[in-house]
Amino acid sequence: MNVLKLFSVIAVITLFISCKKENTIIPNDTDGLISAKSISNATHNIIFYTQNGKFQQGYNKIFFQIKNLDGSLVTNATANWKPLMHMTSMQHACPYSSVSKSANSNSLYEGFIVFQMAGNSTEYWDLTIEYTIDNTTYTATERIDVEAVTKKNVLSFKGSDNVSYVLAMVAPSNPKVATNDMEAMLFKKETMMSYPVVNNYTIKIDPRMTSMGNHGSPNNVDLKQTSLNGSYFGKLSLTMTGYWKINLQLENESGTILKGEPVTATQESSSIFFEIEF
Amino acid sequence: MNKLSVVISLLILLFHQSNAQQQASYFTDSTHQLAEVVVAVQQKATNKKIKVLSSLDNYLENNNAINMVKRGAYAWEALINGMASERSVITIDGMRIYSACTDKMDPVTSYVEITNLSKAVIHSGQAGGANGSTIGGGIDLIRTKIDTNKLGVNASIFTGFESTNQQKIIGTSMQYAEKKFYTLLDFTYRNAQNYKAGNNIEIPFSQFTKYNLSATAGWKINHQKQIIASVIYDDARNVGYPALPMDVAFAKAFIGSVQYEYHNSKSTLYHWETKLYFNSVTHLMDDTKRPNVPVHMDMPGWANTAGFYSKLEGKMNNHNFLINLNAHYNTSLAEMTMYSKNSNEKDMFMLTWPGVHTIFGKLFVEDKIDLNKNWSANISAGLSINNNTIKNELGLTSLQIFYPNLLASKTRLLKNIAGKINYRKNQWQQSFGVGFGERAPSISEGYGFYLFNSFDRYDYIGNPTLKNEKSLEINSSTSYNTKILSIHFQADYFRIFNYIIGMPNHNFIPMTIGANGVKVYQQLPYVNIFNLSFSSTYRITNSIQIAGKMVYRKGNYESLNLPQIQPISYGSTIRYQHKNFIAECTVEGALKHTNFSPTFGETGTDDYTILNLSASKQIKIFNQTVQIKTGFENLFDRYYSTFADWNKIPRNGRNFFINVVYNF
Repeated sequence: MNVLKLFSVIAVITLFISCKKENTIIPNDTDGLISAKSISNATHNIIFYTQNGKFQQGYNKIFFQIKNLDGSLVTNATANWKPLMHMTSMQHACPYSSVSKSANSNSLYEGFIVFQMAGNSTEYWDLTIEYTIDNTTYTATERIDVEAVTKKNVLSFKGSDNVSYVLAMVAPSNPKVATNDMEAMLFKKETMMSYPVVNNYTIKIDPRMTSMGNHGSPNNVDLKQTSLNGSYFGKLSLTMTGYWKINLQLENESGTILKGEPVTATQESSSIFFEIEF
Repeated sequence: MNKLSVVISLLILLFHQSNAQQQASYFTDSTHQLAEVVVAVQQKATNKKIKVLSSLDNYLENNNAINMVKRGAYAWEALINGMASERSVITIDGMRIYSACTDKMDPVTSYVEITNLSKAVIHSGQAGGANGSTIGGGIDLIRTKIDTNKLGVNASIFTGFESTNQQKIIGTSMQYAEKKFYTLLDFTYRNAQNYKAGNNIEIPFSQFTKYNLSATAGWKINHQKQIIASVIYDDARNVGYPALPMDVAFAKAFIGSVQYEYHNSKSTLYHWETKLYFNSVTHLMDDTKRPNVPVHMDMPGWANTAGFYSKLEGKMNNHNFLINLNAHYNTSLAEMTMYSKNSNEKDMFMLTWPGVHTIFGKLFVEDKIDLNKNWSANISAGLSINNNTIKNELGLTSLQIFYPNLLASKTRLLKNIAGKINYRKNQWQQSFGVGFGERAPSISEGYGFYLFNSFDRYDYIGNPTLKNEKSLEINSSTSYNTKILSIHFQADYFRIFNYIIGMPNHNFIPMTIGANGVKVYQQLPYVNIFNLSFSSTYRITNSIQIAGKMVYRKGNYESLNLPQIQPISYGSTIRYQHKNFIAECTVEGALKHTNFSPTFGETGTDDYTILNLSASKQIKIFNQTVQIKTGFENLFDRYYSTFADWNKIPRNGRNFFINVVYNF
């Protein structure tokens, strides 16, 4: 017992000392992030980071830093961005957030972009970034590669109300055999360039395992908003690893189903669904 | 306070359960003892059991308190007093062993071969609570102890054959004893093909192969003290379970112990025995040999148990008491991996037993009091602590899908108390007892995750919020014994409160393809289980005896019948014995199973009667003996199944067997 006590005391002291030391070192803001793309103009390099170093179809949480040409970090910019898809016949944007300074960071800026489709050799995304430092505004634009994903995490569809919606899954990004917190974002296509958040709808979920007789799971909670213009949150129960199809139905504030069908003995799948495999 | 004194006086008045109950084998001697003992002596001249190399399952089934649930040709599950194995405690030499199979394919009884069994001590109800908490009773399988009077080497080899499944049995038993040291080694190998039911119908996936090694070494410190070390290694391979959708690729058990024993018949504390033990069971279910499986799956399971007991027996005046302190620690984990037909998809993985750690500790005391020449009494009481903790993170989060507020750890206090009073005069013996006991839910009942039951075809979900199951029991027996005639009559009544049973929950979708639904373990407020048995033997002449038995059980909750309750069953034997020659003719049967439980998937079984014939002869050649035992079972090749046959798989058709034991 005494040995254990002594050990704990030593452990606490060691921890304390090491914490103190750490405070004197400037933490690296981009720890845990991988650089995905670097865009340059005459005055700055803008380096974009994501969790996995890629831009992908679906919801992307994106960070960036602005560097002077000497490599020093800009810490006092305000910025916004504009993703644009160049298709053979037209151009359109996608749902995206404004840019804000990351909390607890001097140099990191963040936001999200929902790419509802991947790019390819003839149809591609570019990203324009516009930022202001000390009242001077700069821009930079460059083509970015948006990779396709094999499992559906974003949907574009037209509801029975004739409105085009974009629905993107945000979480779980690291699914577990558990009751997972599920998060999704819902936007409507107002114009080709404007995708505002849709409020007060319900996203009904029904996860199914198609390789095991299309069985479901218990105690799922449909997704609802917790704040205006915010994400939709719910609970997703995954009883085993493997491939899950999350069948969806979109319900408006008055309880009308705008898209999607309930899964029944004869209806194996909804027309809208996300996919998870882990 | 008043209540307490009433309870205490009741307990003093009324006594302990069980006893010189039904005799399993018709011809065992009826002695006054605490437990019913099934004597399974083999390879000895005194042996009266015809089929020496029968499986332990067949052997136990002869007992009136026991039914064996059959899922294949091997490793049957013992029901005691009409109750499934969760409600009983089955031990080997007092050691607790947890099965590693979520589908009950590896009961504890499968780890002992009949050739190394000396006796199975069967306690009914709370009398079986010494080694754990029980409702239905307990079986302690006592392995052969060495005969230390025979110094030097003594050995036997044995072999057997059964025609129904081309079963070949071969084995040996060797003992070596010196004054201070002795050792005993026993090895049995069995190999069987698919068996044939009546009308020559082959039952596919009923094959098995099994190796069992049992070794004991003892060292006598002096004539009062000794140390005994013992191991069992059991390895079953390619075991078919025709009643289930899966088979067993292998099931391995290592069971080891070290024991210290002190014996002094002159002392008040005349016997003290302390044992440390460890056992490890690995079990792999697979379905690779089955055709048309929608999704192939592997279901391995592991159960590791370490424990000890310390047992003190003493005698003071008219008291004969026992104190048993025991504890064990178990880890049970079972996995399920399903392989999608789409090979690009990842494997589906879940934990069916979420890595549950159990710590159990118990203090059990028992006193036998001889009140006077005719009256005696037994009292027993026990207190145990049972803690279950889910140690596997994935297992915990899996169960939290069903029980969001589930905590990993749960501790229960379990109590049992029983009393029995016996009256004996001339040839008559009467007893009356009452008992109360509690048990914790089993791993499957508490923590199982989508365990498919192929009987009612439901996926079962455990329920960690279950309360303790409690049982109140009353039992009574009457027997009459003379050299010519012996009659035994036994009745037991159990009222079980918070009875644990799976009930359908229509909100949940089953996982298993083709399942009827999901059942979650729930509790019925109470159930009744009533057992009645009768057995008798009558010696017509010195060489001819007849014996008969009849068993009836009823189990219900109001109008709901409980599953796996035996209909009226009977048996009758006529035996001829002359010197070393014995011949027997047995009729066995049951009436139609009408009180079956449709809620639990039962459809009832028809009545049946079968006839068995057998004979044995012992030949002496100098100092060596050869026993030959042979006979036919189900002589008329009747196609039948009993209430206890899982999914009604039929029992053996006509079976010719021969057992040869050579002692030298």
